[in-house]
Amino acid sequence: MSPPPAVWVSGLRKAYASHLALAGVDLAIPEGEFFGLLGPNGAGKSTLINILAGMVQRSSGRAEIFGFDVERDYRRSRQMLGVVPQELAYDPFFTVREFLRLQSGYFGLRRNDDWIDELMAELDLTDKANANLRSLSGGMKRRVLIAQALVHRPPVVVLDEPTAGVDVELRQGLWRFMRRYNREGHTVILTTHYLEEAEELCSRIGILQRGRLIALDAKDHLLARFTWRVLTVTFDKDPGPLPETLAGFLSGAGENTLVLRLDQSRHSLSSVLAALQDLPAQILDLHVQEPDLEDAFTDILGNVGIEQP
Amino acid sequence: MNEPTRSTHSLPAHPRIPPSSGFRFTPTWTLFYKEVLRFGKVWLQTVAAPLVTTLLYLVVFGHALGGRVSVYPGVSYTAFIVPGLMMMSVLQNAFANSSSSLIQAKVTGNIVFLLLSPLGPSEIFVAMTAASIVRGVVVGFAILILALFYLQLPIIHPLWVLVFTLLGAGGMGALGLIAGLWAEKFDQIAGFQNFLIMPLTFLAGVFYSVRSLPPAWQKISLINPFFYVIDGFRYGFFGLSDVSVWLCLAVSAVFAAVASFLAWRLLRSGYKLRQ
Ligand SMILES: Nc1ncnc2c1ncn2[C@@H]1O[C@H](COP(=O)(O)OP(=O)(O)OP(=O)(O)O)[C@@H](O)[C@H]1O
Ligand SMILES: [Mg+2]
Repeated sequence: MSPPPAVWVSGLRKAYASHLALAGVDLAIPEGEFFGLLGPNGAGKSTLINILAGMVQRSSGRAEIFGFDVERDYRRSRQMLGVVPQELAYDPFFTVREFLRLQSGYFGLRRNDDWIDELMAELDLTDKANANLRSLSGGMKRRVLIAQALVHRPPVVVLDEPTAGVDVELRQGLWRFMRRYNREGHTVILTTHYLEEAEELCSRIGILQRGRLIALDAKDHLLARFTWRVLTVTFDKDPGPLPETLAGFLSGAGENTLVLRLDQSRHSLSSVLAALQDLPAQILDLHVQEPDLEDAFTDILGNVGIEQP
Repeated sequence: MNEPTRSTHSLPAHPRIPPSSGFRFTPTWTLFYKEVLRFGKVWLQTVAAPLVTTLLYLVVFGHALGGRVSVYPGVSYTAFIVPGLMMMSVLQNAFANSSSSLIQAKVTGNIVFLLLSPLGPSEIFVAMTAASIVRGVVVGFAILILALFYLQLPIIHPLWVLVFTLLGAGGMGALGLIAGLWAEKFDQIAGFQNFLIMPLTFLAGVFYSVRSLPPAWQKISLINPFFYVIDGFRYGFFGLSDVSVWLCLAVSAVFAAVASFLAWRLLRSGYKLRQ
């Protein structure tokens, strides 16, 4: 018997007044995965996360954390879950340490200082331990928000745009930290608009658009679906008119440069290169661009846009 | 549709799986402690300010009317108004504590930390109401101590004093929860306080015996639940009351029970908290 997945969602719908924020989402995230939840503004990412966290009540469908229903068995599902909310919130009455202790207590942990100290060290908050939350900068408050999600060592962590407004150094520190947390066997779900971040960290990616999951696949598969390459060739002079073998690939041109777009699965790169060499100009530079997640993302969103007028 | 696969039976190997229901001490205690800490950190505003207001009433009214009015035989007017003033402060402060804590958390958005936690409606209710009672009791007790410098006050039935304090402060803590859940802005809480709580507590026989009122006003006073809380509370001090202390107990208990039940129901339904 296989254990229940870390997150399991089926036919999940959420309607706000007349607006449908989630239009039937099915998703299973196995334990230990680093999952990326992507999608444009308003796609329903936070709504999905907030339903898992019990902050928003679903209209219909099912949602479970390790087999615990997020409403009927909310106490267990929330104990399993740590959430970094998208909105920057803090309690102005308390210091960082007081706040993290209180948060631990809510989860039933009375003596949690060792872990709180470790979290603060990891997130570079140690010198702010006794500072009032009000006095922290935005990025610092974001770190406290992350620490808060982890006080009870949840097996599932959901980060709703944790790196918005965060400097490069912390972003990289955060990546390291989340990778480590994931390597220790915890499940991590990341929402972000920085696609290179998702590409760097996530092993599987789901893309939401208008409340539907329009793509769900391993990152490598998602990228492998895009077999085209973009070739930018720079010549020493104008290469003149193109032979027929190349003209079909032309997607742009500049002064002494050609931009070719070809599908690797259907056209041989070497024959294209040979044809380029036959041109009456010398090749000075050649640049091959592979598709990245951003391309895949744009492409998927674009296609769906056409299919659903 | 291909439904994602799952199985429900085996539990994850995780060290801390809490029971799915039942009251848990640590989370509840933590929230209670946080709420007490919250008003303790701004005690000047939450304890000292109501104390000063009440002492002003005591001095001004006691001085102005002290020699002329006698409500109960053998009880000076100044002594007579002390229990009423105490209970008025207890009620107002218990209400202020839960309502302002909730509205503040909602407006600033830090309510998420409570919503993300595994605390259930009963635990939230108990913790927040208990903290409201503590605030009410601290203010009430401070008034009593200071009043004792100023005059003699018997406490004939301390148990009644305790019972009415708990029912009054508990009911008001619950009412504060209801108001805090319902309100979306600080204004609305202030409106609640100024247009409902203040007049009702003020007109609940703090400064006079309702028997001295014209019959029409007497009838109106008798539908005000705070009248019974204050009358019963005063009975604890002097052994004298306008209506039977048992009636006071019944009305106060019903008030506290109804407010508590409503507050708990709203918390359980996620009213204005979990959309
Ligand atoms: N409380 C609410 N009341 C009404 N509509 C809401 C509410 N919360 C969200 N919505 C709507 O639901 C849709 C999904 O919102 P959601 O916040 O889940 O998007 P998102 O994918 O997280 O977007 P972003 O990338 O901007 O954070 C949006 O159209 C939003 O306007
Ligand atoms: Mg969002």
